[in-house]
Amino acid sequence: MNSRRIFARPARFAAIAPYVWMVLFFLVPFAFVLKISLSQTAIAQPPYEPVFDLTAGWDALTSAFAALSIDNFKLLISDDIYVFAYVRSLTVAIIATAALLLIGYPIAYGMARLPKRWQAVAMVLVIVPFWTSFLIRIYAWINILQHDGLLNQILLALHLVSQPVVWLSTDTAMYIGIVYSYLPFMILPLYATLAKMEPALEEAAADLGAPPWQAFWLVTFPLSLPGVGAGVLLCVIPIVGEFVIPDLLAGSNALMIGQTLWLEFFTNKDWPVASAAAIVLLVMLLVPLLLYERLQKQQLEQGR
Amino acid sequence: MRKAPRLSRFNIASLALGLAFLYLPILILVIYSFNDSRLVTVWGGWSLRWYHEFFNDRAMIEAAWMSLRVAVSSATIATLLGTLAAVALSRGERFRGRTLFSGMLYAPLVMPEVITGLSLLLLFVALNAERGFWTVTIAHTTLTMCFVTVVVQSRLGSLDRSLEEAAMDLGCDPVRAFLSVTLPLIAPAIVAGWMLAFTLSLDDLVIASFTTGPGSATLPIRIYSEVRLGVKPEINAICTLAIALIAVVIVLASLASKLSSSRGESAAPL
Repeated sequence: MNSRRIFARPARFAAIAPYVWMVLFFLVPFAFVLKISLSQTAIAQPPYEPVFDLTAGWDALTSAFAALSIDNFKLLISDDIYVFAYVRSLTVAIIATAALLLIGYPIAYGMARLPKRWQAVAMVLVIVPFWTSFLIRIYAWINILQHDGLLNQILLALHLVSQPVVWLSTDTAMYIGIVYSYLPFMILPLYATLAKMEPALEEAAADLGAPPWQAFWLVTFPLSLPGVGAGVLLCVIPIVGEFVIPDLLAGSNALMIGQTLWLEFFTNKDWPVASAAAIVLLVMLLVPLLLYERLQKQQLEQGR
Repeated sequence: MRKAPRLSRFNIASLALGLAFLYLPILILVIYSFNDSRLVTVWGGWSLRWYHEFFNDRAMIEAAWMSLRVAVSSATIATLLGTLAAVALSRGERFRGRTLFSGMLYAPLVMPEVITGLSLLLLFVALNAERGFWTVTIAHTTLTMCFVTVVVQSRLGSLDRSLEEAAMDLGCDPVRAFLSVTLPLIAPAIVAGWMLAFTLSLDDLVIASFTTGPGSATLPIRIYSEVRLGVKPEINAICTLAIALIAVVIVLASLASKLSSSRGESAAPL
């Protein structure tokens, strides 16, 4: 025990460099977002009124505080575009995550029931697509879903449709893209809990006369809830802020908040409003983010 | 001995369909990259012409080179910082601000990229930093070191701590015990962390778009602007090359971790 403590002291110093880095490049930038979200839009470079000027002394500072305004936030609430964007982001995230759970669960369940040797292989097979670029995977679907793409060619050849179906720029395409990209994030935590489960539990339920679906629903599923929680959080949080997939696959008539923020920032050059939108998005995600952090911590620090 | 669970037909079907869903789109893309026809969807015979086109596309090559440089440097810094952070979190005593520290490290894992990108850009603008290679590298390091931390930390958590303690009981000081006992044992996780950081950096579009400056686009930024204009066969070739690169990195890294783990078992403690 004593040597454990001796080891712990220098280990503490290992925190210094990463700590400084994260404060500098993670925490401080958020202060800037907050600050700029409270300042006025200006037609200048950079396009916002400076809020603080520390060189100007205390008086300037207090007057700067007085000049802070929540106008940008008022705009977000009163403008339909933003309200719609937030609502749409949440809706898309919930529907997509439900679809991911429905598709990912049977796959994870199948993996957990494979012989041990094959489980490792299946896990590698699920992870490998995650290593290939996000953009490439979305692009692969554009290839398939476009007007004269493979899917329409197959449907036409099978005489299932008489003319090409419009897939691109629809919500269907977007959901396919999201499910495709996030599937490993759903499968892996589910598999991790399912693989740890004692198969004898389900067998015992069967011996006691439960039909397979009942054994699954009353025994296996409740026990896998921690994995379900991790998978849902791992998918729902980034999907709410997703930009690339809706931008490339969905139509442009209903934007998600990530797209609105991007547009506001790059096209309209309204940095204060974009910052305010980012703050609201962050507040929306705060509860799931904190939940996820607690989960992550519990998992990683069990060994302590 | 516990009985191997029985696979039902439903299990097999869902596995087969799931894997097909994951792999078919990528397979189709790779096949079409060798398609001679200018129309992406009409098969015109096997050909390498789109690869030829890519290698003559200066802007694309430059973007690819930029992406590779950013990925290598940010992954290396991130692996260094992430490993230190993992050691501090799983071996260090409680220190002030530990909760904040772990919070800062876990949040970027799921934080929407638009927020991370926007906040870093505002910092760079406020600092009046010239945007380009270094700003993207810093941004990618910040994101990927969190992933490295998680990978290395989970390996440290599963490690038998009595090994370190034994080394110290035998007279090693803590730093030496770490270098000669712990480090070789977590080497595979460090390699895996570097790889993960490398691919994440190569992959990133959103954060790079925010933090880069004019004239220094990364490969995803170039690909994205091309794709927005419509499907081009050349993109298929670039994507296939990127997939091949990642495959090589994965194979190399798994070889490296195999080597290091077999060496780690046989090597006498220094």
